[in-house]
Amino acid sequence: MYRKSLSYPYLLWAAAFIIIPLLFIVYYGLTDRTGAFTLENLAAIATAEHSKALFLSLGLSFLSTAICLLLAYPLALILSGSRLGRSGFVIFLFILPMWMNFLLRTLAWVVLLDTNGVLDSLFKLMGLPRFKIINTPAAIVFGMVYDFLPFMILPIYNVISKIDKNVVNAARDLGASSFQTLYKIIFPLSLPGVISGITMVFIPSLTTFVISTLLGGGKILLIGNVIEQEFMKGTSWHVGSGLSLVLMLFIIGSMVLSSKYDNGEGNVL
Amino acid sequence: MKKKILPVCGCLLAATIFTGCGGSSAGENGEVNVYNWGEYIDEDVIGMFEEETGIKVNYKTYDTNEDMYPIIANGAADWDVVCPSEYMIQKMLDNDLLLELDYENIPNISNIDPAYTETVKGFDPDASHAVPYLWGTVGILYNKTMVEEPITSWNCLWDETYADNIVMMNNPRDVFAPALISCGYSLNSTDDAELQEAAALLTEQKPLVLKYTTDEVRDMMIGEKAAIGVIYSGEATICKQENENLQYVVPEEGSNVWLDCWVIPTTCKNKENAEKWIDFLCRPDIALKNFEYIYYSIPNSAAIELIEDEETLNNEALFPGNDVLSRCETFHYLGEEAEEKYNELWKQVLSE
Repeated sequence: MYRKSLSYPYLLWAAAFIIIPLLFIVYYGLTDRTGAFTLENLAAIATAEHSKALFLSLGLSFLSTAICLLLAYPLALILSGSRLGRSGFVIFLFILPMWMNFLLRTLAWVVLLDTNGVLDSLFKLMGLPRFKIINTPAAIVFGMVYDFLPFMILPIYNVISKIDKNVVNAARDLGASSFQTLYKIIFPLSLPGVISGITMVFIPSLTTFVISTLLGGGKILLIGNVIEQEFMKGTSWHVGSGLSLVLMLFIIGSMVLSSKYDNGEGNVL
Repeated sequence: MKKKILPVCGCLLAATIFTGCGGSSAGENGEVNVYNWGEYIDEDVIGMFEEETGIKVNYKTYDTNEDMYPIIANGAADWDVVCPSEYMIQKMLDNDLLLELDYENIPNISNIDPAYTETVKGFDPDASHAVPYLWGTVGILYNKTMVEEPITSWNCLWDETYADNIVMMNNPRDVFAPALISCGYSLNSTDDAELQEAAALLTEQKPLVLKYTTDEVRDMMIGEKAAIGVIYSGEATICKQENENLQYVVPEEGSNVWLDCWVIPTTCKNKENAEKWIDFLCRPDIALKNFEYIYYSIPNSAAIELIEDEETLNNEALFPGNDVLSRCETFHYLGEEAEEKYNELWKQVLSE
């Protein structure tokens, strides 16, 4: 009984700040302005502008997740194999920027990437063609990769560094080339970390509206922006909630997929 | 600048505020609960009012009209006097949330330029509920070194020579206003065909626009990242102080004028004190003190007469000629359905 009572504050917390708000979203998502039950808010995803925003979001999130994976995996591999990595210093460097608010860091990229910004001016100075990436989907992907890369590196690094060296040595002893060792031993063993990293990059990328607003110049409408607009600028919390519910389906889908592969070791965050 | 918080949160917040108010002791002549925009008064004025009248002021601020509305509408806190914008006043009137003012208690209303009382009649037909406090226009801020000739018309927003040099606001009503005006329609239009036409114009404009943003226009214009920006007059004044190449103009076709007024909601418990508060703010010396702190346009002609600085008086963003005001229109509250229409079309433009 004593132990159980200790959990009450957490349950209360979860109820107040997770369960109840979620119920609000479900309520708003399934009712119209008069309070009557409707599925129209869910069906709203089918309109041209909403589905376009959803597919664009999915596309950009896939792309940024793939880029993160391509960047993070070799890095995690190198770090886990080197003394530098084991001392934790490089990992610390990757976590360091996360001490600063990510909104500020994204704003800093606006300044760097802007027309006549730091990079553009540098390119101009060196006589290179103008550097115009701001306010394009490419800038958004860039922002996503920058902001979420640590979430890919950490779980992969964590899993790889825990792989029993004897397993790797055994593979080498039995004549596997280093590529074969990587492909047949290390990669399969690191899969939980990879899956965990993919989830942790994909979900925030899919739902972001800040990165697209700042780096997309407000010109590119992602599904996160649509929902934000419904709540903040528009009048319809109902449509906004309905769309959030649809988006949750995609998130739950990706989590189900990841829990299928993930045995828990990859979850460092 | 339109934000909303769940009404529930609003209630909770208001409940906290209310409990806070209950604990404080009233002044010798009672108290008054003032609910105002943030950064919208010289706070010294509050102390002066308390000293002169012996009325204790419980002062609290909000960020947007939309934040304020549910708190008043749910009667969660007993605010005596509030300062919403014109369209919100109209919405509050529609919902019977405002009390009629007793002008006997507000003699200083005579300092307010009658032109603004006319503007008030646009949303409060007999001008009996609202006393103008501060106002401003929406117009174009442009960089004199980056345009070929002085801007006078909204047309420049569709001019291809300014491709990637135009900054537009980022909320449906504000972004549709220039398009509707350019088509020769009212910025309060709810007609489907008119709105479609404006949306088509905005879609056509989209490739030329550098950025849709309401918060960053100021920085972008000061930093010369764009040649032309749609902006509020108050912000334009600040920009001009930072960068003298900038020039503000209210386009000849007309534009949006906004007017924030003091009103007394039905939740009021200290009506006489609230009227004293309004009267105090209409006093020329107090209006001037506020003006020098906030730098928005004031409707108080007696206070304007007290301004000595020539440069301030010649600032067209702060004191536009009468012709400017006469070609501008206030936003009306259009109802939820119409606002949804704007929102829907705006999303279509953005997803093109």
